[in-house]
Amino acid sequence: MAYKVPRPADGTFLPCVIADYMTSEGHPPQHRKTGAIPWLAGKLYFLGDIMAARIIRKEVLIPGQTTKLVLDAPHVAAKAKPGNFVILRVHGKGERVPLTIADADPQQGTITLVYLVLGKSTWLLNQLEEGQELNDLCGPLGRPTHIEPGPEPVVCVGGGTGIAAMHHIAKGFARAGHEVVSVIGARAKDLLLFENELRAFSHEILVATNDGSHGIKGFVTDALRDYLDAHKNVAEVVAVGPVPMMEAVANLTRPYGVKTTVSLNSIMIDGIGMCGACRVNVGGKIQFACVDGPEFDGHQVDFVELRERLSAYKPHELKSYQECGCSHG
Amino acid sequence: MAEKKTKPTPKPRVAMREQPAIERVGNFSEVALGYTREQAMAEAARCLQCRKPACVKGCPVEINIPGFITRLAEGDVRGAYGILRETNSLPAVCGRVCPQEVQCEGACILGQMTDKASGEKLEPVAIGRLERFAADTFAAESACDELTGKPVCAMPRDGLKVACIGSGPSSLTVAGYLSALGVQVTIFEALHEPGGVLVYGIPEFRLPKATVGREIDALRAQGVEIRCNWVGGKTVAVRDLLNDGYQAVFIGVGAGLPKFLGVPGESLVGVYSANEYLTRVNLGRAYDYPAYDTPVTRGKHVAVIGGGNVAMDAARTALRLGAERVSIVYRRTREEMPARREEIHHALEEGVHLEMLCNPTAYVGDGKHRLAALRLQRMCLGAPDASGRCRPEAIPGDVFELPCDQAILAVGTGSNRVLLQDTPEVTLNKWGYIVVDEETGETSLPGVYAGGDIVTGAATVILAMGAGRRAAKAIARKLGLQ
Repeated sequence: MAYKVPRPADGTFLPCVIADYMTSEGHPPQHRKTGAIPWLAGKLYFLGDIMAARIIRKEVLIPGQTTKLVLDAPHVAAKAKPGNFVILRVHGKGERVPLTIADADPQQGTITLVYLVLGKSTWLLNQLEEGQELNDLCGPLGRPTHIEPGPEPVVCVGGGTGIAAMHHIAKGFARAGHEVVSVIGARAKDLLLFENELRAFSHEILVATNDGSHGIKGFVTDALRDYLDAHKNVAEVVAVGPVPMMEAVANLTRPYGVKTTVSLNSIMIDGIGMCGACRVNVGGKIQFACVDGPEFDGHQVDFVELRERLSAYKPHELKSYQECGCSHG
Repeated sequence: MAEKKTKPTPKPRVAMREQPAIERVGNFSEVALGYTREQAMAEAARCLQCRKPACVKGCPVEINIPGFITRLAEGDVRGAYGILRETNSLPAVCGRVCPQEVQCEGACILGQMTDKASGEKLEPVAIGRLERFAADTFAAESACDELTGKPVCAMPRDGLKVACIGSGPSSLTVAGYLSALGVQVTIFEALHEPGGVLVYGIPEFRLPKATVGREIDALRAQGVEIRCNWVGGKTVAVRDLLNDGYQAVFIGVGAGLPKFLGVPGESLVGVYSANEYLTRVNLGRAYDYPAYDTPVTRGKHVAVIGGGNVAMDAARTALRLGAERVSIVYRRTREEMPARREEIHHALEEGVHLEMLCNPTAYVGDGKHRLAALRLQRMCLGAPDASGRCRPEAIPGDVFELPCDQAILAVGTGSNRVLLQDTPEVTLNKWGYIVVDEETGETSLPGVYAGGDIVTGAATVILAMGAGRRAAKAIARKLGLQ
């Protein structure tokens, strides 16, 4: 078996001998795609993405709910910037699912994804173990976060699974010299993510839980309001999380006049600007979240419309989830 | 009595079997069933074997049409297929989706003759159906084994590498042409399945995905490498490829940006671009939901806006997904519709309504952000405009509402900028399409070629293939292969 292809750290490809995989049984998905090329057997050949999207590490962050995957995907890792996302398909009959890149390591050739088990596709994704491969991984997609170098404080707000997505953006601001204040929230203490990862570069971490089990009792907006009242020099607020949370953050910052960026999670199919399923209304204009975003000016976004469009397939989603032998928690 | 020697009057064209309309609206299987061997041989015998065949000039990839038809008339399918593949990488596709009436068949001399006995016009030779027959029959007899043993698979030459971005008809043509000359061709495709519009756009009932897959497998067997999930301009940049030693890069990314009307209510749930609707159903196989995971809403009353082939595809798809009423909304009349006559005929046969001389002015919601109706302005035809078509003009005050729970927009596509924004060195025209040298397809960036819809704007499969063929020839000359 010649599956384990050595790979240089910079994400480029090593030529390797094709003979073995041609004769091996049970080709993993990527091999099938390349197909059998008899006269190339034994010759030097560029295998490209043949080993892409294998799960190197799987870590359950919240049992039954939230999982972190580290994937071997050097061609994605080499180009991934804060704010980018990927589209994946778990299996051959699967749907295309967008997930934000929570971290990328071009040296190791890996990307990190964090997901909440919400329906059939994320449930199936959660069934995969270390060493197994995704059927398809496509990216990095979307415009990267607009980051100007500078020292002014940037407040990064994350809610639920959005904390992981926010983490990559916050890291980008920290690397550009900004003082990063992370505001994270969840229902309870054991549902909080990435607090340690954020500590590595955050100037300050403000925590809010609904039940008061960690940090202040209340919502991320309560912590954010206190911070904005005490600090006048905030350059930008970035919010990633559930739609009501992003909407609440945008409404809160509006009277303060602080630039507010939100990362929208509309329904996507191709993720490359071909269909407009992900269209959102920003300042009265149609924008495609997959290529014009996913980040937009929170003060311009029509959140009501976004919420309605996100609910378009609720009956299908519920049906699919129930039929795959699981139930909504 | 001495018999006067006259040429026998050609027989009428051999009809092709079709699924009856009443049956086919209940499934996604192919509508046209193809010729049998006897039918194909009989139709092939109609060809007059012109000394200067006009049909070849009508074909954008210059297939040796009399050549392959002679073989078919003799029953030599392999020989016929070999001739087709000399110039066409996708004969099973072209035989199905080309508008032959304006190309090869439109030029066929038979079509310009009248039957002396009845005085009726004759029909041209069914070149498309014969091409399809040859490709399907050859494939059924295991094309790949045959192909790999043939000289058409030249041994790879060292160090000749060409990259194609996009895997639609133009790139597949470039790949087929160059790999037959021994060039290592790598195709970078953004979606998870190769074929471009052949897999996400044209529905199964017109072009089965298995047929497309077979022709792509034949290219793979010829040594073409296809990397799916690689987005040009995101995962891989044109400059990366030039730096990596590719001697030429062909850009064939199509015109995939859907156009919207920009009228109120366009974001209501139930309003789709045809691209989204067809991608869900074709690429995502949503017609087989829940066996496949991609869902699509099955509309009860569906309005399809537009009059081209994409509108016909969307309307016929909606019927097959169980819609009770499907209306095509078009601002001119049936005569001006850009769709192929055959497609309009099939759609009408299946029960699609035509709502002609209507222009949408708003989408009306039900108060819960769901589509409830389309507000339409009645039009009449005015004086011909610059394009020669009559300009539709609004009839003041004549506005009505067409109730519908789904609206599918098929009003054209534009240039998708994902790759182009990453490649500013490539010059674009004012519509955002790539400017190329007409003879060679070369862009303003040396070594980088382009063809298909990203150059011309939305056109046909065969025109994209013709552009691919021109670019491939130019690349081959540049590499010193011809």
